[in-house]
Amino acid sequence: MEIKKTSLNKLHQSNNAKFVEFAGYEMPIQYSKGIIEEHKFTRSHSGIFDVSHMGQLFIYGDESLTEELEKIFPLDLKNLKLNCSKYSFLMNEDAGIYDDLIITKIEEGYLIILNAACKDKDFEILSNLLGSKFKMNLDNNRSLIAIQGPKSVEILNSIINGVDQLNFMTGNWFDSDYQKLFVTRSGYTGEDGFEISISNDKAEKFVENLIQKGAQLIGLGARDTLRLEAGLCLYGHELDINKTPVEANLRWAISKSRLSNGGFIGSKKIMNQMQDGASQIRVGIKPEGRLIAREKTKIFDDTDTQIGEITSGTFGPSVNGPIAMGYVDKEFSKVDTKILLEVRGKKHPANVCTLPFYKKNYVKGVN
Amino acid sequence: MSEVKFSKEHEWITLEGDVATIGITKHATEMLGDIVFAELPEKGSNVKKDGTAGVVESTKAASDVYTPVSGEVVDTNQAIVDDPSKINEDPEGSAWFFKLKMKDQSEMDSLMNKEEYDKFAKESAS
Repeated sequence: MEIKKTSLNKLHQSNNAKFVEFAGYEMPIQYSKGIIEEHKFTRSHSGIFDVSHMGQLFIYGDESLTEELEKIFPLDLKNLKLNCSKYSFLMNEDAGIYDDLIITKIEEGYLIILNAACKDKDFEILSNLLGSKFKMNLDNNRSLIAIQGPKSVEILNSIINGVDQLNFMTGNWFDSDYQKLFVTRSGYTGEDGFEISISNDKAEKFVENLIQKGAQLIGLGARDTLRLEAGLCLYGHELDINKTPVEANLRWAISKSRLSNGGFIGSKKIMNQMQDGASQIRVGIKPEGRLIAREKTKIFDDTDTQIGEITSGTFGPSVNGPIAMGYVDKEFSKVDTKILLEVRGKKHPANVCTLPFYKKNYVKGVN
Repeated sequence: MSEVKFSKEHEWITLEGDVATIGITKHATEMLGDIVFAELPEKGSNVKKDGTAGVVESTKAASDVYTPVSGEVVDTNQAIVDDPSKINEDPEGSAWFFKLKMKDQSEMDSLMNKEEYDKFAKESAS
């Protein structure tokens, strides 16, 4: 299959991007400055991320759409206000996760942002569940640009006046020189920032404008170190079809009002696990010293018994040390539990720790 | 000091008397990206030509470091273990990895000179 390119591909090239294939797309892993500088620039200034490979699924419908979606997602969608977003999951009957996503209530229905590697399958699953009653559009004509970091609000507001009035996890349509844009105050770096949905033919000019105002392009490499420092899950690593939201320590994302009656796909398993606890749970892990424990590193207790596995591990540039996340048996999930990581045949000490590794700077309550 | 020689695994080596100093090339650091971890062989241990003699990790991945010649490890550069970013800053100078006491100096003969290595690096990168 031919590799897909986003509408910013030429711009990446002219900014000396190193490319990798990611979910069938040619995406920038880094630019000339490298992952650590890009990471730090995002934390101190403003980084631009091309996330156009992610799915933008618009579903249109009346009240009955909300009812149907509540049978799928563990959310209180009836009480979700217009332009407000929630983090959620598409699950199977065993509460295994097909995808994690952000769903936003828009005027005509919902906008769901899906992972690139999952979007086509998600569309198929949702189409089968919803039938032909609602109009669904996995929109390939729109790009998705994230701008993240403390200077992002000032930079973006100078181009799209009014975005500074958005609260975290809310969005709205804005008119600008770049036509109609849907902007949400959100992101996946642990920083204040925005995601902008823009038509493909306007995306390059828009990003060039952001660069002129002082923001810089950031690759997927730094996106990964940023999200890991922020303790955020990445599908295919922390989350997959064999993990449930309770095991992933994401029970906060399940609406409380939905737990008493269930009625969503996977609710039985979720309710059981909420009551009895899951046998394995996702935790933060800090190796002692500088050792990096990568994905699939085995985790042991002090009696040589394997108690879990690392799902993501790297060097955290802002933490200035190695960081990881992984799953451990629940009796080892308490903060400060001593564990051992097997790297290159030797066992190295590490500690279970609180997440995030890096404190978040989200903006709450502008209004 | 001898002429700098290079291996296909992107190490450089110089010889002074019977002691070789070994590090990784600038080209290697450019391929690896930001280096955040380095593990060196133990002093007193013996390493064999083309065998592993350490590890470097970038933000992206771990890579083995090979030794282009055999010998006994007589010194290691603790400064790059304490601050691996030094490897990106000065890979072919102050950020050497380890020193070996060589037994068979003819092992140097099969290694590339600068011109040959530059050509090799350019070709292997494309």
